Amino acid sequence: MKAAAFDYSRPTDWPEALQLLQAGARPAAGTQSLGPMLNFRLSLPQRLADLRHLPGYTGVTLSNHVVRIGAGTTHAAIEDGAVPGRLGAILAAIASRIAYRAIRNRGTIGGSLAHADPAADWVATLPALDATAIAIGPQGERRIPAAAFVLGLFTTALAENELLQAIELPTLPETARWGHWKFCRKPGEFSRATACILHTPGHPPKAVLAALDAPPLMIPDPAALLADPAITAARIVAPLKLDPWRAAIARTALCRAVQAL
Amino acid sequence: MTTNQGVGASLRRKEDARFLRGRGRYVADITRPGMLEVAFLRSPVAHARNPIVTKPKGQEHHVYLAEDLAGIAPIRAHSALPGFRPSVQPILATTKLRYVGELIAACLAPSRAAAEDLAGDCALDYETLPAIVDMLQTRTETRIHDDWPDNIFVETRRDDDLSHLDAIAAAKITRRLRTARQSMAPLEGRGVLAEWDPRLEQLILTTSTQMPHVTKTGLAECLGLDEGQIRVISPDVGGGFGYKGILLPEEVVCATLAMRLDRPVRWIEDRLEQLAANANCREHHYVVTAWAAADGALLGIEVDATVDAGAYSAYPFSACLEAAQIGSIFPGPYILPLFRCHTTSACTNKPPILPYRGVARTGVCYAMETTLDALARTLAITPQAIRLANLVPPTAMPYRNLVGKVFDSGDYPEALRRAAAAIDIPAIQARQALGECVGVGLAIFCEQGAHGTSVYHGWGIPFVPGYEQVHLRLTPDGVLEIRTGVHSHGQGLETTLAQVANEILGIHPDRVRIVLGDTALTPYSTGTWGSRCMVMAGGAVAEGCKQLAARLTAIAAALLQVPPTELHLSNGAVSRQDTGASITIAEVAKTWYRRPQNLPADVNQGGLELTAGYRPDPDTGTHSYACHAATVRVDTDTGAVTIETYVIVEDGGVLVNPMIVDGQVIGGLAQGIGTALYEEMPFDDHGQPLAATLADYLLPGASEIPELRLDHMETPSPWTTFGQKGIGESGAIGPPAAIVNAINDALATRGAEVFDLPATPQRVLAALQAASPQ
Repeated sequence: MKAAAFDYSRPTDWPEALQLLQAGARPAAGTQSLGPMLNFRLSLPQRLADLRHLPGYTGVTLSNHVVRIGAGTTHAAIEDGAVPGRLGAILAAIASRIAYRAIRNRGTIGGSLAHADPAADWVATLPALDATAIAIGPQGERRIPAAAFVLGLFTTALAENELLQAIELPTLPETARWGHWKFCRKPGEFSRATACILHTPGHPPKAVLAALDAPPLMIPDPAALLADPAITAARIVAPLKLDPWRAAIARTALCRAVQAL
Repeated sequence: MTTNQGVGASLRRKEDARFLRGRGRYVADITRPGMLEVAFLRSPVAHARNPIVTKPKGQEHHVYLAEDLAGIAPIRAHSALPGFRPSVQPILATTKLRYVGELIAACLAPSRAAAEDLAGDCALDYETLPAIVDMLQTRTETRIHDDWPDNIFVETRRDDDLSHLDAIAAAKITRRLRTARQSMAPLEGRGVLAEWDPRLEQLILTTSTQMPHVTKTGLAECLGLDEGQIRVISPDVGGGFGYKGILLPEEVVCATLAMRLDRPVRWIEDRLEQLAANANCREHHYVVTAWAAADGALLGIEVDATVDAGAYSAYPFSACLEAAQIGSIFPGPYILPLFRCHTTSACTNKPPILPYRGVARTGVCYAMETTLDALARTLAITPQAIRLANLVPPTAMPYRNLVGKVFDSGDYPEALRRAAAAIDIPAIQARQALGECVGVGLAIFCEQGAHGTSVYHGWGIPFVPGYEQVHLRLTPDGVLEIRTGVHSHGQGLETTLAQVANEILGIHPDRVRIVLGDTALTPYSTGTWGSRCMVMAGGAVAEGCKQLAARLTAIAAALLQVPPTELHLSNGAVSRQDTGASITIAEVAKTWYRRPQNLPADVNQGGLELTAGYRPDPDTGTHSYACHAATVRVDTDTGAVTIETYVIVEDGGVLVNPMIVDGQVIGGLAQGIGTALYEEMPFDDHGQPLAATLADYLLPGASEIPELRLDHMETPSPWTTFGQKGIGESGAIGPPAAIVNAINDALATRGAEVFDLPATPQRVLAALQAASPQ
């Protein structure tokens, strides 16, 4: 399949990008998901707005215990240590498990989050890390908690006229522990269940269950999960009405993420 | 001292110099000025009547329908099996649509993207009919082919009386088994570039095929041209596996349009077309009942096998290939006293089923070997014991089994013993005792290869292989050109046929040039399929080289002034045995072409160019064989299976190039692991294929293939030139059986068993959950 014809724009500042968006352009970042969709003609935009050359779109800044990651930062850059400290180590580990290096070289954290595939790794893990999505629109900046960002299959809290500009996360102490497990038949395949847990001493743990064809699920009582994983996992998964195999994978994801802490 | 460059040498592949540098040349690398690209409008539904296409306004002359191809004959792949119904496969759909992806219209434009625009702008109307999707549910009112009495291509029967076995057997078991519909996935898809040469009045079709000559014959029948008006060129081919042994309607469309428009026309298959519409294969269903004595000796087997052959009988192998093979190869490498077998080739609203490496053997081996393990569990004997109780012993070779298959040579029990010894079975049993879900599985089978006239004439499909021919030509500078009608798409024939020439003539492989993939340059051949090339083309090259050697020696004898009997050929030269005085092959060639005044008066006037033919006697085929042994670990929480070790003991007779054989076996293993654990082309109840990309259709990658421990036995075939046997498909045959046997061994203590391929985590966990509901 070859993509249908479209126009291509490369905005050089954010107001221009927002104008293009207003005019109906489809924003494009690493195009690791959008590219195949264009080729399959599942997406038929009149115009693509290539965001990759916008100021501040890539790169990491640190101020006052908050890390700001430009939405256009590649998975590979994060894998290679773009983010400092304990948080950076955790993000690097998550990034290293995304698909193949070839995809990580081009795919971006913001593009993945805005695409909102429930099986995507950042979609499934950022809520546990207390991340905040920074949207920019005609009215300026808007902050959306990662836990409330993905609303459904390929649906986000971004308004029609907003772009995802950056991700912000609080830094973590060296004592922070995390657990992560996902089920993929082979590297590069979409996860069929992902669990991610963050436990910083002195703070209540946070846990997410994701990749279940629905928005990521924040676990309401992560402490119970840590205390008694098998029973709590069964209680969490039962109401999700998954088929028996998917339910088993989801329970296993929760239990093994706890084990990995 | 020279190292061996002939038969038995692990010579590095000559063709790799271009492949590794990215200098291979495939259909998609070739363009022509003024060329048009084709995109097809394909059926969006599995079964419908009266498709009506409205061409896009103003673009009507760029869109071609069946009515625009008047005079072109449909594809018909007959079989002589009694009762066989050949389908009429239209080149573009006429009155009915019979599977999702069937060709309806060809849209032409200077670029593929623009051609796809045209296809997207076509409007399509049709009357939907109920789709027949399940091969076991074809007996309905619906008819896929309106003039058929039912939806069956052919049934075969063998009716031994088994009625007394219940009374005497120590064990009787029945298993219902299924293998998934798969889609072959060569790196390069199909592709075709058609052009008309007005000077030669010849259609030149450059196409990615394993069988250029058979494609030419099939095309001539469809197009109404004589065969001299068609030249088929198959350049480098990026993997075939059977998929490229098929005449596709796309080839006929491109040929027709190139002739009518007098413009080069090209179609390059994309992965969606390949996966969902074209490269389907493998879908079998078995009900197997087996009776055995207490020591495991088989008393009889009854098989009811169904093959989902899809909507049409594909050319040239026909819709009978898989099911008819099941009837003849099910007994495997065993002595089976009684056999009752009913096979059905079912017609469904799915793409035609095509032969894939191993063809029916992969499914048959799976059914037979998992049944044997189930019997062994029932009898409380080991998998080795039940196999040793039934394998044909080496003392019985050559052995003719109850369906008339003749096994040429080998020591099957020894292969089994070596494979079992190569894995640490006690260690697995110790882990099992500790509660670990691990298991061992064995599978042993034989692979008939290079079977010829005596086997295929009975099937009566569009081609029957006969003598394999080669054309040899020594050039004036002493380079040997070998022209052969088989093709090479990963097999390394440019190297191995040169090794054969070296073996006979002593000529350096660098001085041998293999010419293949062009009907204008090579003798007619049925091409590359059925693990036949090293036996057939290898045998023909040897025969031709022997004839050439006689001509060379006769000329050299005159030049050296001794009788030919006192000369021998080695290291590219003809030498006197007494003095060692010699004359090189290049000097002999120079004499023939450029110094004919020095030739003897009685020289063979055919010169240094000849055609030789070869067929083994008997030509019932070689039987290579292998034992696969796998150990696996099953994750009882997820159903995921990890292969821990994999061993293959293989006997391919004399290996012409052992390194290339290893590569063949490893590649086959990867495909077999795909069949065992990953690959599945599911369809919904309406016949819609549910895997459209390689994200949905899982192929194993490098990280899913365990390190293979490969051991060779080498029992020469008594029937072939060097004792070589066909071995090209073997690696892909054994893995589903060995891996599922290992899984079932792991699950046995939990009372669970897997029956259907692939053994996905879903199926394995379902088996566990069925055994102990939570």
